[in-house]
Amino acid sequence: MTETLTLLTSILTITLRAGTSLIYGAIGETYTERSGILNLGVEGTMLMGAVTGFATAYYSGSVWLGLLVAMIVGAALAALHAFLTVTMRANQVVSGLSITLFGTGLASFLGERLGPASNNYNLVGMIGPRFSPLAIPGLSEIPALGAFFKQDLLTYALFLLVPLAWAYLYKTRNGLNLRAVGENPQTADAMGIDVIKTRYLYTIVGGALIGLGGAHLSLAYAPGWAENITGGRGWIVIALVIFAMWNPARAVLGAVLFGGINAVQFRLQAGGTTIPSAYLNMLPYLITIAVLVAMTWWEALSHRIGAPAALGTPYMREDK
Amino acid sequence: MKLELKKRETVSRRAALLVPLASFGVSLLFGAILLAVSGANPLRTYAAMAVGAFGSLNGLSEVLVKSIPLILTGLGVALAFRMRFWNIGAEGQLTMGAVAAAGVALFWSQNLPAWTILPLALVMGCVAGALWAGVPALLKATLKVDETLTTLMLNYVAVLYSEHLYYIAWRAPSANSGTERIPEFSWLPKIIGRAHAGIFIGLALALLLWAVFRYTRWGFELKIIGSNPNAARYLGINIARNIVVTLLVSGAISGLAGASEVLGLTRRLQQGISVGYGYTAIIIAWMAQLNPLGVVLVAFLMAALLVGGDQIQMRMRLPASVGVVLQGMLLIPMLAGSIFRDYSLHFSRGKHLESGTANPEEADDGRPAETEEPHATGDGA
Repeated sequence: MTETLTLLTSILTITLRAGTSLIYGAIGETYTERSGILNLGVEGTMLMGAVTGFATAYYSGSVWLGLLVAMIVGAALAALHAFLTVTMRANQVVSGLSITLFGTGLASFLGERLGPASNNYNLVGMIGPRFSPLAIPGLSEIPALGAFFKQDLLTYALFLLVPLAWAYLYKTRNGLNLRAVGENPQTADAMGIDVIKTRYLYTIVGGALIGLGGAHLSLAYAPGWAENITGGRGWIVIALVIFAMWNPARAVLGAVLFGGINAVQFRLQAGGTTIPSAYLNMLPYLITIAVLVAMTWWEALSHRIGAPAALGTPYMREDK
Repeated sequence: MKLELKKRETVSRRAALLVPLASFGVSLLFGAILLAVSGANPLRTYAAMAVGAFGSLNGLSEVLVKSIPLILTGLGVALAFRMRFWNIGAEGQLTMGAVAAAGVALFWSQNLPAWTILPLALVMGCVAGALWAGVPALLKATLKVDETLTTLMLNYVAVLYSEHLYYIAWRAPSANSGTERIPEFSWLPKIIGRAHAGIFIGLALALLLWAVFRYTRWGFELKIIGSNPNAARYLGINIARNIVVTLLVSGAISGLAGASEVLGLTRRLQQGISVGYGYTAIIIAWMAQLNPLGVVLVAFLMAALLVGGDQIQMRMRLPASVGVVLQGMLLIPMLAGSIFRDYSLHFSRGKHLESGTANPEEADDGRPAETEEPHATGDGA
């Protein structure tokens, strides 16, 4: 009995650690999409956040400074996306893809260029300061639930951020305006809400959170920067937003599900299973597809549409 | 002074040509700044890249080598993008094509006559790519499942599967990774250097697709579905069937890219088959404005950037990813510039008096009148 409990605690601990970057990303993307902007640049933005965050922390010795830089970089990439799609009316899908392609290439270049001369300018393999797990005395001893209390500061911050993100979206005037812009920009505009400003603002805020999610990977989850450290997490974030039906609180459930897959995979591999690791590693991607199919089907059956009605469409007010 | 935008009836030909060229310039400029900041001489780096790619027969043949998968995946992606189906799974389709071709060449020759193996390997490469794109297409056509995510997720699955094959299941006993070499009768012949006959397949397909887009009913249907799905429905075009058929062809072309890599270049399934061509293909398709002949041209340029990147890594010890960064940068000015192609710009002073140009009622009727996507289909050569 105690053995099962220990196993459960350990799986839950890894689940939360693996899910943290996903939750930050999912909240960011939820806010972006709620304004009507689809940002497919998450993967590239997370990579840029991870590499710049780690490089900053490595040279300055401050994880907080690293975090700040990652957020600024994420915000800047999102601002670029907003400029292309809102102001220049570019196709949102292609613009997001271009942010991902650009971010992926640039992150890999920076990873090979920002390192110390002694390591041939390579950042891969360098050890820098990290957010280490901080066990809360007492609480972390509780069986199973203790997993929530042996996390790093960025995971603890989520205990506050998730309810706040939910309350802001559903319980405040600003949140109502944001949802209005995503559902029906024409009406929102008529109500006196600045559609353009709203879309810029929440795309940029979303980008900062996505960058922060990326930095969690290189500053807490993994021991440092590694090429392609995200491994598709940026895309899983986008799937999570759909899974959570654009609700930041529900994104947690999804992130725990995907973090849980990671954790189980990890346990199975450590336990020496006969299943080839390639098949285990496929799980998160296959499950993402399965979840998407199930969600889409369920939405169609129950006539519930979770997506903001104006998602992906540019807003143009030709006159006035 | 106030800037006004009016959607053009047809895209501006001049802008369609100038914007990609300007994008290339902006991308080079950005790259130069990046290189300078990171302590390298931009001019010398670019010169080394150009010499590396075009300065020798060997360099040129390497550019051709990389052009082949880029042309093919670029065509596959452009075909799907024509109807605004966001197939970003060319990488996985290419990988599965490579797996299938290697499988046929390695294991079918025991039972079948030698001369059948090369054509069969090419065909099975197409089939594998088609299936890999067909699943997301079917999900989209029947259940409306978002295709960007499904096509992309399958990339990871395909790459993991191919790794499992060349590291474990199909690994040659004598090697750490990679399968046995495929038998000689299954090879695509080389033409110059390492460049193989796959280039002819790519060029022929580009011409064929160009003609299909220009002259056939299918090409017309794709264009209508892409630019105005409601009009397509009104015209009685079967969108679901078009999605599946088009994606089967799109995946088959990317599968062919993978098959030709194995049969013409590596001659075994090994590491380095999936190196991101399927993602570069997205840049190629959009830069070429989904025109198949444009795809050939842009793919050749992208291949030169990759070869140039490899060269400066060897000669100047700079990261080869410079080429990838320049590619990644290309789409951004391209997207910003597309507004000049799809809209005409007017400057007006003060309030304009012609009420015929825009009806003020229209802007506020809550109807998403202006929601169609910018049309990127520049027709013709």
